[in-house]
Amino acid sequence: MQAKVKTKGTAQPLVVTANRLRDGRVVWLAEGGAWVEHLAQAHVFLGEQAEAGLAEGAEAEKSQQVVGAYVAEVSVGPAGIVPVRARERFRALGPSVGAVAA
Amino acid sequence: MPLLEKGVPVEDRFVQVADDAPLPADSPAVISFARLQRDADALAGRNVPLGVQMASATQARDIAPFLDRVALVVIEFPKFRDGRGFTIARTLRERFGYAGELRACGHILPDQYEFLVRCGFTSVAVPEGADLGVWAAALDRFHVAYQAGMDAAPVISGLRRRLALG
Amino acid sequence: MDIVEGHAALNAGVSTRAGIYHYDEYDREFLRERVAEFRGQVGRRLAGALTEDEFKPLRLMNGLYLQLHAYMLRCAIPYGVLSSAQMRQFAHVARVYDRGFGHFTTRQNLQFNWIKLEEAPDALAALAEADLHALQTSGNCIRNVTTDEFAGAAADELVDPRVYAEILRQWSTLHPEFSFLPRKFKIAITGAPTDRAAIQVHDIGLLAKPGPAGDVGFEVWAGGGLGRVPIIGTKLRDWLSERDFLGYMEAILRVYNALGGRENIHKARIKILVRDLGPEAFIRLVEDEFAALPREKFPLDPAVVAAIQAHFAAPAFADLPHAGTDLALRTAENSPFADWVAHNTHPHKQPGYISAIISLKPIGGIPGDATADQMDAIADLADRYSFDEVRVTHYQNLVLPHVRQDELFDVWHALRGLGLATPNIGTVTDIIACPGLDYCSLANARAIPVAQLLSERFADLRRQYDIGPITLNISGCINACGHHHVGAIGILGVDKKGEEFYQLTLGGSAGNDAAIGEIIGPAVPYDAVVDAVETVVKTYVAQRRPGEAFLQTYRRIGMAPFKDALYATA
Repeated sequence: MQAKVKTKGTAQPLVVTANRLRDGRVVWLAEGGAWVEHLAQAHVFLGEQAEAGLAEGAEAEKSQQVVGAYVAEVSVGPAGIVPVRARERFRALGPSVGAVAA
Repeated sequence: MPLLEKGVPVEDRFVQVADDAPLPADSPAVISFARLQRDADALAGRNVPLGVQMASATQARDIAPFLDRVALVVIEFPKFRDGRGFTIARTLRERFGYAGELRACGHILPDQYEFLVRCGFTSVAVPEGADLGVWAAALDRFHVAYQAGMDAAPVISGLRRRLALG
Repeated sequence: MDIVEGHAALNAGVSTRAGIYHYDEYDREFLRERVAEFRGQVGRRLAGALTEDEFKPLRLMNGLYLQLHAYMLRCAIPYGVLSSAQMRQFAHVARVYDRGFGHFTTRQNLQFNWIKLEEAPDALAALAEADLHALQTSGNCIRNVTTDEFAGAAADELVDPRVYAEILRQWSTLHPEFSFLPRKFKIAITGAPTDRAAIQVHDIGLLAKPGPAGDVGFEVWAGGGLGRVPIIGTKLRDWLSERDFLGYMEAILRVYNALGGRENIHKARIKILVRDLGPEAFIRLVEDEFAALPREKFPLDPAVVAAIQAHFAAPAFADLPHAGTDLALRTAENSPFADWVAHNTHPHKQPGYISAIISLKPIGGIPGDATADQMDAIADLADRYSFDEVRVTHYQNLVLPHVRQDELFDVWHALRGLGLATPNIGTVTDIIACPGLDYCSLANARAIPVAQLLSERFADLRRQYDIGPITLNISGCINACGHHHVGAIGILGVDKKGEEFYQLTLGGSAGNDAAIGEIIGPAVPYDAVVDAVETVVKTYVAQRRPGEAFLQTYRRIGMAPFKDALYATA
């Protein structure tokens, strides 16, 4: 989890993500500064470009929209945007286990 | 910085004096603990109230020998999560019998006001720009407590006590 | 009506026989004020008057975490005891404010995973209607005091710890001096010689015991804990009188609050302070602090103890003969019932009674989870068969503490219908698992599906019984909420380049013979962990002597045979 962009000068695809303040839901920074619930709609930054996304995140925190914005590495391919780390995959997809059967 | 006593802003009669600055002759002054230790003898004859400011890392027992020389002890809270000041205050009052003014300063939240009072603080230097209304309301937040504090909260029954801080 | 029932009826409008602390108007006044305070704090946060940095410790003191997908609310179940009315209120909150289920934890609390911040004050208000709350279940304060799940019922109990657990709960509630400690503070108390509360791995551990004069005193331990630096506690006192009980607790907390590490959160628990000062020096500081306390202020008044004790009076047991012939006949003729009685019951001090354990570990299920419907059904069973009372164990199961032996078959039958009668308590499928990376923002790896897969691998009941008593504990990260350090087999989720790996430890124990498990070797990936556990179990089975449980075999033969079996190249 990175609060700063570490991959300077590379073309590492990155997304900016946070939790929405009022309900805690996972959100991703999309085009135009909107925070969306679906990773597929997230804006993909390349390397240092994500600094601008983090700045958006900081603004959104100041205006009580989100909490804890950071960058996450993704790969972009035939399967769409896929997070590199397991942690982000579960944030994107939800828990891998269903609720206990009634 | 506004100074609150019982939720109400009051005049601060003490001035802060830096370690290398001369003490005012006729005004109550607050100096650092380091200076108090350094200049203890020189200050012995002073007949204007003296105050000492201490960091949370300083233990109550270290300042205890100097309590009879000061009318005010200021305890710094570096961060509101750092709760050492509560123990220092309680210890100064209960173990060392300090009866002078006890002030909290630094980074503190109004949500801690009742705790401060119950640990023996008489005044709070609230952060600049603080909403004094929220601070005042904080003393009226709870009227039941489950343990003794420095305030004279009468027993209701069992361990419960009636709080009336506001 | 006895005094406790009368009191409860007056104040609750709902009379309950459950052995819980029955709130009166003052307790409820306090709870109302706390809910109002939190409502104000949430309002200030949403309006931007509090930053997240300022708000976070405040919301943690009300048990509200921000997790991977949502806020998680950890509701307190004081020392693991609740009434059927309270269980129903949990079901209600699960339905209205969450997704219809809850998770019972290793500290006898209940977690809801899908709470919204903007609804949290309403959820807390709903909980308060049943005298429930989420006070101090998180944050750097004194947490839920935990105890033996059979308190007040166990045949081997000498002192009922619930009364002292309640005294600790009250004393520690919004304590003005100890609400901003260096780190969290966990207290466990037991009243039986067999330690079912893991007192040696808590910040303070207490053993309540009778003194020579018929009085009650305590053995006091401090500085134990799991997590990043697992340490067995230090005994401070062999005997602390009841009168000095709270004063001594104040002394320990005061030393910790003043001297505990504040620079590095990984070195801030009291266990680190005790280790760094050395046990003797730490004990001296505590005794010095205790000696300096103004005595007139701190003695625990016997009248106060007696008044709180009245809440935990024994229920109106029927006068029954011990071990009804009915029970013996039923177990003889019904093998599944016999299995369940053999594993899921615990001896009761009252003749003709028994404690029944409700397994929340169905094969392939999520350990510790219960749906709102199950909670309601369990509440009904508690009403009918257990004097309205339910317990939570610290291995994520539930207990009906006071069941008539001649009604045990009916209880079992009802539990079977609810899918809550898996006869696996204490076996390899009675797995402790934290929520892990499926839910928790601190986790490195998932724990729940690992537990499910392991449960399914060992599903064969005869095999489980052949393996015998064993503790299998899974934590998704080093914070060790799954208590992996004290599992006979422990599994710790670790992060290797963003992927889930698992490190196995062997030989841990949480009881009287407390021990921290040892690492067997390099971590294995997610799809190898079930096979790895099976290899360890097979090694035990191959090496054991007749009658030896896993832990005993491990202590006899050591790590080498297990390590060889697991890492030997094929």
